[in-house]
Amino acid sequence: MDWNHTLSRQIAQLPRSGIREFFDLVIGSKGIISLGVGEPDFVTPWHVREAAIYSLEKGHTTYTSNYGLESLRRAISQYVQDFFHVEYDPTCEILPTVGVSQAIDLALRCLLNPGDEVLYHEPGYVSYAPTVSMTYAHATPIQTSIDDLFALSPQKLEEAISPATKVLMLNFPTNPTGSIAPLGTLKKIADICRKHDIFVLTDEIYSELRYDGETHTSIASLPGMKERTLLLHGFSKAFAMTGMRLGYACGPRELIDLMVKIHSYTMICPSITSQEAGIEALKNGKPAMEEMRDSYHRRRDYIVKRFNEMGMDCHMPGGAFYTFPSVKRFGLSSRDFALRLLKEQKVAAVPGTAFGSCGEGYLRCCYATGFNLLEQACDKMAHFCESLQSQQTCV
Amino acid sequence: MIQEALLKLLEEDARLSDRQIAARLGTSEEEVASSRAELEQQGRIVGYQTIVNDDSIGVAAFIEVRCTPEQEGGFNRLAERIARFDEVRSCFLMSGGYDLLVMVEAKDLMGVAKFVTDKLSSMGGVLSTSTHFRLKTYKLNGLMFDVPSSSERISVAP
Ligand SMILES: Cc1ncc(COP(=O)(O)O)c(C=O)c1O
Repeated sequence: MDWNHTLSRQIAQLPRSGIREFFDLVIGSKGIISLGVGEPDFVTPWHVREAAIYSLEKGHTTYTSNYGLESLRRAISQYVQDFFHVEYDPTCEILPTVGVSQAIDLALRCLLNPGDEVLYHEPGYVSYAPTVSMTYAHATPIQTSIDDLFALSPQKLEEAISPATKVLMLNFPTNPTGSIAPLGTLKKIADICRKHDIFVLTDEIYSELRYDGETHTSIASLPGMKERTLLLHGFSKAFAMTGMRLGYACGPRELIDLMVKIHSYTMICPSITSQEAGIEALKNGKPAMEEMRDSYHRRRDYIVKRFNEMGMDCHMPGGAFYTFPSVKRFGLSSRDFALRLLKEQKVAAVPGTAFGSCGEGYLRCCYATGFNLLEQACDKMAHFCESLQSQQTCV
Repeated sequence: MIQEALLKLLEEDARLSDRQIAARLGTSEEEVASSRAELEQQGRIVGYQTIVNDDSIGVAAFIEVRCTPEQEGGFNRLAERIARFDEVRSCFLMSGGYDLLVMVEAKDLMGVAKFVTDKLSSMGGVLSTSTHFRLKTYKLNGLMFDVPSSSERISVAP
């Protein structure tokens, strides 16, 4: 078989995920403490699992409408209104999907023509640029830095806009930096999008996980933004439901309509079991969610303090469950630092470069890991930093 | 007020040191030590114990006890008398169809039987007892028994 001829060039040329590369290294080693995960360490709350089991018990094992269960859409509509303060019509402006992942894919395919340009901020979630490339459009990163606490600078956004720019992808709180966009910044971004007629795809999957005392504001809730924004949210992070594969998109009916077209051909619907579990999470999941959030909060405070004590400069991230400490002062690249940390101390953290080239000099460390393990990981990392520092002074 | 947070941590793991707790709560070791001392003094922290799975070793029984309240002190005197026996691991005053729920542990069935017949039912004020033997423990003090740890997360994920 001539694979060069047989396989899609577009897909074959996509770069492999940097996370994937690191995963292959970690998978071979034993006794690792991993700060490299991107999911909660909690099991889905029992009442939600129980709802899934009950759904199966009742024999609910069929397809649902392509729009998902009406009761789920109504629950989403209520939740989104309470939490984000934006109203969406459950009959035509909400689409339950197989995770935010599928919603991103559907949205981009429905928005983009070959040659269109999508802007997104880096360091950012690994799937954005490849998913844009799969539509034959072009993804252009806008670099963020510690100077803006990794929030998108409105000025840099304005500078990056070209005649081909059609969509802006946002993700606050951000994977991998945990950063949030201050309200003032968000408003300026909204102004720019309205001025240049740019559509916004906002992935707010971490929005419940905020620890800075501020309430989360969605760009969709700002004046004049609802009609040019697709709000993506899901159950994976706040409700610890990654394995249930359930998310949703809320936005203008014209776009949702088109997304349902692809969805009806390629997915049909998320599993009915997950949909029924999702209803339970939205209706009764708040106490469990808040308990998990508070637990992440304590761990964030702990790990950031430890990192700074060991000489890794680390800003206090406002949300999600990631820290993004700098390793610049140790004179190693992110990748070398991560590889040696893995080899010498058996602690896995993801090199910042997996999330874009401007992640060089940083590591993504996820603190959604039991406190005992976090303590051990920090002790090992402190030891490692000390040994690097003493090597440096010897040279 | 770190007391509630402190209790929550200790209820999960009583072996945590004051230093560990201080780091987790973002406070000082002294603050933890003094809060702990205060909780002990108030009798809110009653003790520190190990949760042991002894299903396959000893015998345990839950005994429903009906008794006559006394004019002064109601059930207190009798309940305390019963609770003092070494065999009694827990003792509660209950609402509903009986008055005291007494949890008893012994080496074997005969041990429990002896306690009930020789000590408990012959006690003045005890009207009747109904003994239920424990067959298997599924959860104790918030901890699940015999459950294999939940499935492994993959160690690096997006
Ligand atoms: C920013 C971001 N978006 C989307 C996802 C995927 O979410 P889902 O599980 O809903 O597909 C993740 C998962 O790590 C993420 O970090």
